[in-house]
Amino acid sequence: MLNRQGRPTQAGAASHEDHATFTGNKALQQVEPLIFEIGRTETTGVDIEQPAPFKSRLGSHARQSELGLPGLSEPEAMRHYVRLSQKNYGIDTGLFPLGSCTMKHNARLNEKMARLPGFSDVHPLQPLSTVPGALELMLELARYLMTLTGMPAVALSPKAGAHGEACGMMAIKAAIAAKGEGATRNVVLVPESAHGTNPATAALIGFSVKSVPARPDGTVAVEDVKALLGPDIAAIMLTNPNTCGIFEPQIVEIAAAMHEAGAYFYCDGANFNAIVGKARPGDLGVDAMHINLHKTFSTPHGGGGPGAGPVVLSERLAPFAPVPFIHVEDGKPHLIETRAEAPEGNQPFGRMTAFHGQMGMYVRALAYMLSHGSDGMKQASEDAVLNANYIRAGLADLMSLPFPDHPSMHEALFDDSWLKGTGVSTLDFAKAMIDEGYHPMTVYFPLVVHGAMLIEPTESESKAALDLFIATLRDLAMAAKGNDKERFTGAPHHAPIRRLDETRAARQPVLKWTEAQPVKDAAE
Amino acid sequence: MAETRYTKDHEYIRIEGETGTVGISDYAQGQLGDVVFVELPEIGKALSKGGEAAVVESVKAASEVYAPVSGEVVEVNSELEAAPGTVNEDPAGKGWFLKIKLKDAAELESLMSEAEYQDYVKSL
Repeated sequence: MLNRQGRPTQAGAASHEDHATFTGNKALQQVEPLIFEIGRTETTGVDIEQPAPFKSRLGSHARQSELGLPGLSEPEAMRHYVRLSQKNYGIDTGLFPLGSCTMKHNARLNEKMARLPGFSDVHPLQPLSTVPGALELMLELARYLMTLTGMPAVALSPKAGAHGEACGMMAIKAAIAAKGEGATRNVVLVPESAHGTNPATAALIGFSVKSVPARPDGTVAVEDVKALLGPDIAAIMLTNPNTCGIFEPQIVEIAAAMHEAGAYFYCDGANFNAIVGKARPGDLGVDAMHINLHKTFSTPHGGGGPGAGPVVLSERLAPFAPVPFIHVEDGKPHLIETRAEAPEGNQPFGRMTAFHGQMGMYVRALAYMLSHGSDGMKQASEDAVLNANYIRAGLADLMSLPFPDHPSMHEALFDDSWLKGTGVSTLDFAKAMIDEGYHPMTVYFPLVVHGAMLIEPTESESKAALDLFIATLRDLAMAAKGNDKERFTGAPHHAPIRRLDETRAARQPVLKWTEAQPVKDAAE
Repeated sequence: MAETRYTKDHEYIRIEGETGTVGISDYAQGQLGDVVFVELPEIGKALSKGGEAAVVESVKAASEVYAPVSGEVVEVNSELEAAPGTVNEDPAGKGWFLKIKLKDAAELESLMSEAEYQDYVKSL
């Protein structure tokens, strides 16, 4: 389409390659150097007075050379970060199908609530009598989490998923020690399909790890678990729905087998978004489960964190919950800060955080819960599962499903057998998605599937958005099968930075910025 | 005449008298992609068949290298620590991981021969 002056009116009407710009900028996409490259040490946007004469006590620790921090004027600093932000891709930019991450919309209402000064300006050391509202909010959030999970206790303080895993496993370790089995029960079972953090957590807490094989259908069988049980088994760490996007059909039997053997059941709650309002972990026999507020309950995620990973605990583990926690007595909240203050029968395993957790995340998560209500949260889970299955159905004839016999829960898992012989890899396919304006899905995870592509759309996406996503992936899949290999192996073609050399980054990492020097050739 | 035998987890062991040289197969290095880190055991460590012997990390994943047979580690290829890419370039030669002094040569019988392994890889 041309305008009245005979000029193209639509992007793409003229080829980029034919009209390389003098600056390297592409209209609104500005080339932006590192701040160290544009900053000058003699410039600053802030007028800082020279300190009054003082006597240094640093001695030999005093810095010998200039710090060399880059300085920018305020408008320069503003432009630098705004330009960088324009290269960012977030949930506010578009569909973010990163599997096992639940990249759902962060409602603006949550942000508004979190910015109320009574929540945003509280200090963890201010007197308890000045923060009754904050305490009440934490109690209310705890009540919601316990209700949704069917569990009698919750430790709010863990700061993220893996931190929550550590909390749950430390509670299990404390419970085992209290029974006098600390020296003998020291092995944790972890299925092959588990999140990598699970075996890492178990090892960090001092357990050794035994792997439970995945069945050909992607699930864990109770017989395989039973075969490994013995007096040395402390717990199993199982994700449900699992990382293949499948609800573990024998989860109740597995829990019962663990309990019968005197062991505990840790459930990784990363995929809780699939079952909120539909199934309660407490009813499935779970002893401990972390909840990623930044996944299931829509608090900001990724660069926008921080995360929050409260851990719900069963009756058997509740006495071992870490300090600090809020204890209500005579209708009044008391903050329990030490073991000595803990009410009768409690034996906190210790303390994981200096203070009480991520207040801002608590506010956002509770705002999500209250604004959705129980019916809304249930529908969100149903829609998340529906959306994943809609994508699966829209792509199943072109891409290959490793586990076609199980319906998907909140995420659809494909393998790379459909790419065989095309010369295109899972990574190439993911990079081509960047050219099409999408953040790639999770790739090469779970490890039990070859060339895995794990797509989790969440409930946030409309049917129109899903249709466009499916159509784009279908176009790409047809291109991959239709000998258009260069589209993939050269991708991303349109991103500000082309394909990074991950191998060189790992083998020859440059960890400190230095003045530009001729880059050594990798072959040297 | 050195004989090479293979595990289902794609480790090879090349027998030279009472010791065996352990590495990962060409198929395994291809599946892993560019190797960026190798962790080797201490010399003198006792390994049991199927137990963890070393760790290999690529841009895609980290995996264990299992001991094909039981025995004691008598030598490790410490050059891999500085040049992990050798595992990709020459897995059967310069990219070897460690040498084991065999504890029980009978264990070798449970491993696959070269021809059996090639058939196994084709079936994957």
